[in-house]
Amino acid sequence: MNAITVRDLTRRFGDFVAVDRVSFDVAPGEIFGFLGANGAGKSTTIRMLCGLLKPTSGSASVGGLDVTRDPEGVKRRIGYMSQRFSLYEKLTVDENIRFYGGIYGLSGARFEARRRFVIEMAGLEGRGRSLTRDLPGGVRQRLALGCAILHEPPIVFLDEPTGGVDPLSRRRFWTLIDTLSTGGVTVLVTTHYMDEAEHCHRLAIMHAGRLAAIGSTSELKQVFADRPIVEIDSSNAIEAMRALKDLPSVEKTSVFGTAVHAVLRPGAADTGALTRRLTAAGLQVRAIVPVPPSLEDVFLDVMDRSPQP
Amino acid sequence: MKKALAVGRKEFRQIVRDRRTLSVLLVVPILFLLLFGYALNWDVRHVRLAVDDQDHTTQSRDLVSAFVDSDYFDLVGAVRQDQIRGLMNRGDVRAVLVIPSGTGRRLLAGRTAPIQVLINGDDANTATTVMGYAQALLNGLSTEYRLARYPVTGRPPVTVEPRIWYNPELRSALFLVPGLIAYIAMLTAVISTALSVVREKELGTMEQVRMAPLGTLSYVTGKSLPYFLVSMISSLGIVVVAMWLFDLPMRGSWPLLVLAIALFLAGGLGLGLLVSTVSDSQQVAFQIAALVSFMPTLLLSGFIFPIASMPVWLQVTTYVVPARYFLVVLRGIVLKGVGLPIVWPDMLALVAFAGVVLGLAAVRLRREWA
Repeated sequence: MNAITVRDLTRRFGDFVAVDRVSFDVAPGEIFGFLGANGAGKSTTIRMLCGLLKPTSGSASVGGLDVTRDPEGVKRRIGYMSQRFSLYEKLTVDENIRFYGGIYGLSGARFEARRRFVIEMAGLEGRGRSLTRDLPGGVRQRLALGCAILHEPPIVFLDEPTGGVDPLSRRRFWTLIDTLSTGGVTVLVTTHYMDEAEHCHRLAIMHAGRLAAIGSTSELKQVFADRPIVEIDSSNAIEAMRALKDLPSVEKTSVFGTAVHAVLRPGAADTGALTRRLTAAGLQVRAIVPVPPSLEDVFLDVMDRSPQP
Repeated sequence: MKKALAVGRKEFRQIVRDRRTLSVLLVVPILFLLLFGYALNWDVRHVRLAVDDQDHTTQSRDLVSAFVDSDYFDLVGAVRQDQIRGLMNRGDVRAVLVIPSGTGRRLLAGRTAPIQVLINGDDANTATTVMGYAQALLNGLSTEYRLARYPVTGRPPVTVEPRIWYNPELRSALFLVPGLIAYIAMLTAVISTALSVVREKELGTMEQVRMAPLGTLSYVTGKSLPYFLVSMISSLGIVVVAMWLFDLPMRGSWPLLVLAIALFLAGGLGLGLLVSTVSDSQQVAFQIAALVSFMPTLLLSGFIFPIASMPVWLQVTTYVVPARYFLVVLRGIVLKGVGLPIVWPDMLALVAFAGVVLGLAAVRLRREWA
């Protein structure tokens, strides 16, 4: 049985369609990523799956329970953490854990065991009496995750959980997510960091309320199966893009750092035409090498081909 | 219930750790009591009095000593007619007693003797009170003279012996303190509850809590319980401090007083929750809370301005102000020492108010959460 099943889920706010007939399944223990720009409908979808927002139409079941019919049952089976790391800043680490334990009905030996687990997970041994406000962002993030999974939910929703956290803490956070998943916990996470998306077993790309693409990273990269991508290292990336714009063998170009990625049309493996065009435009070409498609290439490609709202 | 307690314990810790909230809840009430108790005082004593005695007889001296012997007037000195304006202008005296020559003779002859009392009217309230004192003193003297003149009857036909119950000295503190309790309880209950809920909305912790299997009832109970307790302590604190500093009598039953305060606070907390459901920022919440709690409690409750002397439409409005009923109950218990048989209708009104606002708040909150 799927951990999460979503069928034609739709949510309107007045005339605005925030989520438009979205369907997908998530298997138990899977890390499922939601990728999309701000306002693409990721958070609205999560809020509906958590039983916080009623769908306008369609259905969704989480942990085998219908989110519309039994939102309270759903709440018992899920953990939720948002980018705001919703802890009480003026309370200590212990007091925060105690509060979240309390509202999830934990007590006695079970609570004590879970408290120790969270303290250890967040790396907060001996700091139980520190005010949450005084903790560094990365530590607060881990504590917030700990509070969200205090009651050992089989399904965890993470809404942009790594906002404003340094790269090292992000890496450590994702190690925790991997551990959860290995332990059988289903994780649904939204992000707009491509490197984080690579951690997910499967990804859904949302655009303007619709599900624009879905699959594992390697499946998603299949869209470039017959369209090679080359990375062009030249003296001026912007000028290079302009020069290649109307070349028949180039489908599109985009800037990647100081380089340019050019998507070539099917069958156009020859890069000689590119070099000639760039040199003719007075640019210095240092290298043109074929590269495997990155997730960012996929994301931009999906955005390009989705109907604009 | 256990979950409500978890919320309550957390909220209580937050209150204790947040000095600002705690001082608003505990220090400000006592400060208000001192300010209002000492500054808002209509009792007039030690009115500076000058005397222009143009008569110089035993009778005129009796008149002067009648004024001076009372607690109300302090004799500044004897003045002449042409000095009076200067003294009044500078505010050196508030009243002048002018006894025309021939007063003694007229009194002995049993004729009416006109006496002039000049009163500084720049403060109308004080002037009215001073006039009352002077009239009472002169009436008393007149009676004595009439008695002396008609020794046969021995007694004047009608005498008035006023007795003012519950507050014989008519001290305004006794009248004000109950109003103050209402005012302060409303302030702490409505504003602190509204702010504490809206703060959670602002910080995003509200959303986190809503993700937990926690009913609105548990949340609301846990959230309001600490404020209820702190407000109760601060209200009873005011009563005790007022008993100590302003000789407030506590003639009725303490349990009944606690019950009355509890009912009033329940209404206040409900109002605070209701305000929190219609505001998204602490600033807006504060303004709405102030508007619905401060103003009516101060102006429309009979705290300072008697309801009976308001225009009818305003009197009707006061029926939805809970402080109106609370004041009747409070004055009844504290000053009169009456019990439930007398105050039950107003208690019932408090119950009704609390029920309605708490119900409305629950409905609105549930709609917001669902």
